[in-house]
Amino acid sequence: MKTTLSFAVALLGSVAAHAQDKPELIVYTYDSFVSDWGPGPGVEAAFEENCGCDLKLIAVGDGAGILSRLKLEGGRTDADVVLGLDTNLTADAAASGLIAPHGITGAFDMPIAWDDPNFLPYDWGYFAFVYDETKVADVPSSFEELITSDLEIVIQDPRSSTPGLGLLMWVEAAYGADAARIWEGLSPKIATVTKGWDEAYGMFLEGEVDMVLSYTTSPSYHIIAEEDLSKKAAAFDEGHYMQVEVAGMVEGSDQPELAKSFLEFMISDGFQSIIPTTNWMYPVVQPEGGLPDAFAKPVADDKALLIPANEASGIRDAALAEWIRVLSK
Amino acid sequence: MAVTCENLIFGRGTFRLAADWSLPSGASLALIGPSGAGKSLFLGGLAGFDVRHGGQLRIDGADVTDAAPQDRPLTLMFQDHNLFPHLSAFQNVALGVDPGLRLNDAAKAEVTAALAQVELPDMSARYPSELSGGQQSRVALARALIRRRPLLLLDEPFSALGPGLRREMLALVETIRGQQNCTLIFVTHSPEDAKTADFVSFVHDGSVAKPVAAQALFDDPPATLQEYL
Amino acid sequence: MLACLALLVFGSLIAVISRADWPIALGPGDWAAVRFTLLQSVISALLSVVLAIPVARALSRRQFFGRGFLMVALGAPFILPVIVAVFGLLAIWGRSGLFSDVLGLVGLGRVDIYGFPGVVLAHVFFNLPLATRLILQGWVSIPAEHFRLSAQLGFSAWDEFRCLEIPMLRQVIPGALVLVFILCMTSFATVLALGGGPKATSVELAIYAALRFDFDLGRAAVLALVQVILSGGAAILLLSAGRPVDLGQGLGGARRVWRQGGRGIDSFVICTAALFLLMPMGAIVLRGVGGLVGILDVRLMEALWMSLQITALSTLLAVGGAIGIASLAARSSRGWLIEVTSTMVLVVSPFVLGTGLFIIINPWLDPFAMALPVTAVVNAALSLPFCVRVLVPALQQVERNYGRLGTSLGLSGWDRTRLMLWPALRRPLGFATGLSAALSMGDLGVIALFAPVDGATLPLLMYRLMGAYQMDAAAGVALVLVAVSFGLFAAFDRGGQLGRHL
Repeated sequence: MKTTLSFAVALLGSVAAHAQDKPELIVYTYDSFVSDWGPGPGVEAAFEENCGCDLKLIAVGDGAGILSRLKLEGGRTDADVVLGLDTNLTADAAASGLIAPHGITGAFDMPIAWDDPNFLPYDWGYFAFVYDETKVADVPSSFEELITSDLEIVIQDPRSSTPGLGLLMWVEAAYGADAARIWEGLSPKIATVTKGWDEAYGMFLEGEVDMVLSYTTSPSYHIIAEEDLSKKAAAFDEGHYMQVEVAGMVEGSDQPELAKSFLEFMISDGFQSIIPTTNWMYPVVQPEGGLPDAFAKPVADDKALLIPANEASGIRDAALAEWIRVLSK
Repeated sequence: MAVTCENLIFGRGTFRLAADWSLPSGASLALIGPSGAGKSLFLGGLAGFDVRHGGQLRIDGADVTDAAPQDRPLTLMFQDHNLFPHLSAFQNVALGVDPGLRLNDAAKAEVTAALAQVELPDMSARYPSELSGGQQSRVALARALIRRRPLLLLDEPFSALGPGLRREMLALVETIRGQQNCTLIFVTHSPEDAKTADFVSFVHDGSVAKPVAAQALFDDPPATLQEYL
Repeated sequence: MLACLALLVFGSLIAVISRADWPIALGPGDWAAVRFTLLQSVISALLSVVLAIPVARALSRRQFFGRGFLMVALGAPFILPVIVAVFGLLAIWGRSGLFSDVLGLVGLGRVDIYGFPGVVLAHVFFNLPLATRLILQGWVSIPAEHFRLSAQLGFSAWDEFRCLEIPMLRQVIPGALVLVFILCMTSFATVLALGGGPKATSVELAIYAALRFDFDLGRAAVLALVQVILSGGAAILLLSAGRPVDLGQGLGGARRVWRQGGRGIDSFVICTAALFLLMPMGAIVLRGVGGLVGILDVRLMEALWMSLQITALSTLLAVGGAIGIASLAARSSRGWLIEVTSTMVLVVSPFVLGTGLFIIINPWLDPFAMALPVTAVVNAALSLPFCVRVLVPALQQVERNYGRLGTSLGLSGWDRTRLMLWPALRRPLGFATGLSAALSMGDLGVIALFAPVDGATLPLLMYRLMGAYQMDAAAGVALVLVAVSFGLFAAFDRGGQLGRHL
């Protein structure tokens, strides 16, 4: 980026110099957020319209990678905001002391209540296994059925990816002490474990596996963007684990005011209306125009599973060790 | 005396070779002896390459016992690799004038003259790979000529040539010696060649024997030499 | 020079030890990583070497159109960037690759390349050519007279194999096995791209995961120590197995074969090996040309620029260091110097070095800001032994043949370097520089650990594109990367051969 900047300075002279005068807000997020078809470009344009700043969205891998990255960089980080953690990681992140309280209150349209002083939610969804109904005839309706099926699945690594971690917590929330048995059954079904969601979903789209761990809203993308009705999310009797994606301000940021105004923008309609058809998740505030039909909720509110953030951290470490033990057999 | 060896001992590994004699200025000395007796070691020692374990060496009165190889008043021609293959005949000779190949016009003329003297007047631009074995030897001799060192050492540089060509080269060496009045020490396996020298030293049993007049030695060889011959 | 290298190696080691969690305990996942590392290395080495025997034998016996090209292609995987090769392999062997399509046509299932089989396949792809070259050298070293004699005595193919070829193989194969084993054990990018999950994680990958995913320096350090122990053991094996390797050596033409027969088998072996090696490379070119249009943007230029900077710095360090060490080793009888440098770098893998440097730098500076120099230093340390090995024989030869002549003529200092050493070193130096540059250009190792968020080298950019499943763009980057790597190698190698040399 520095090279580009100096190149641009040489090329454009005063124009670039003017651009550099603006304050810079650096947001660490995950890869698919900033991709051309993700929310990034729209969010950047909408926020920069009013902030008089340069918003830099920097992708640092998948969700769980954001926190590792922040810990690796410690107090030296350039990041002002981190966007893309979920409730399974917030307690850890808060304990690291790298996150500043946001001091913002808001009402959110979610199946759960929100009172985290450090993080604000920006979207949410349910994890689910997605399949192509033209290729998979016997759709499993539970983990138990998935285990006895002859389907191949791809999942994400819980250490680097929030969906991967979500699945870990899902099995934990649904089966508790019996989780190891489920993983032992799933293990032979897993074609591979990818580091991020993009890679796994790409493999699914290329036809390399039958099912991929994704979201109940993933088919909405295919319906709206591609008019493809063949992709479906399998409904599981155990219920579906929720993911609430959040953002927070980095402690010691050199742009605390700007960071706070970004978080306020994040829960406003300008940001929220972009989310459904770019990030393919439910917004935390109903957009003014309502949600497209393709977003009809397949999971009843009482089937929503979520381990509270303060318990998730402790459960995560033990579950992860168990997961590694079972899957490395 | 041109070459004086005083209790000289050269060594390679555990092998030791002693010499304790003098050779008069302008004379020629042939070293004969069985393979591995130390003939090459002796020349290498005189030239300052092989390790000295004692004694002193004087050349033309100057003590060169501890002198660096390039500072000794001698030229040693090796068995092979006497020319750099990536340098032309002219450059190979010119190294004898200045090791950095920085030559003024006079020096260049001198190199050309030396090549003419060894009968290679038109070969100066050629590279060693484009020259015959005899021509390569002539280039090396031209360099020896131009260096004008009072002592010339030949470690069988012509052994790869046929007998006729070898004699031709030795004759050329004799001509040079006549012109420059230098002292010559050469290694040989041929009694014929040895007979052309003023003196002969038999190298055996860890020592370089005192030089004796060639004619006298071959007329009445001692038992050990007779056995070798 | 040697002291700098020792400081780098031992400094990193001490840093790693100081941060390791005591007492050292390995979890089940770590043991799985050790098992996977050893198992895939053993299988990869066995497959590579065993399959290389018929290929080398066929190549030593047959002269055919394109043999020269195939010999060059045998050298290619060595400088082919790993991530590019993996891409090519996926295009052929992946679940949606060519081979699966063919299987699908005849009604069979698709192949499963991820995990153990894929890692082994990729390692065989990389090391089969290397093993073939090593064994072919063995075959070439059997004097032609021996084969003439065996023909005269009416030996059968089996007699010939038993009397002439088995004794040679017995000498060459242990070294080749151990060398391939070590290369597989320290391979990172292959396992990163094709392994997956706890089931297919090597120790190197586990170090990476501990640092990048868990930010667990203590565990990373423990794993780094495990890797040191593993590769230390392998290095001892290598020293005792004897080292067959001399990559700069020529392989000559085919020998004459007197006995008829076996032509069909030889042709089959050569064609199969050629297809196995060339198809992935062909796939890279074919897909790459299509992907080129979409990627000619500023991201590619930035990555190219960063890669070139790292390459320039690491090549300079590696070649400069190699000249220093080589002249030290060549001048004296200190042949062990070469062994020591090679072994030191073998024992500390890139990730051990990287982890150590991370631990050292972290309290003082931002390790991510140091990505460029750190990567350059680690890359340099890795290619240093190769360079030393190439330079030492050349230096030894020039000293042996011309050292006394030069000295007696008073060639010393700068004149000696200019007129004697440089002409002798130019060719091997060109080869070493080309090799070092190509290896550094294509490396996806520690840069993955240190990568700054807003920058990437070409291999890292390619890996990220593959991670985002933008396969067309990745193919385009792959082609650029291959072109630059091979271009650098060819430019330096040819450059070294210009003019007359000693």
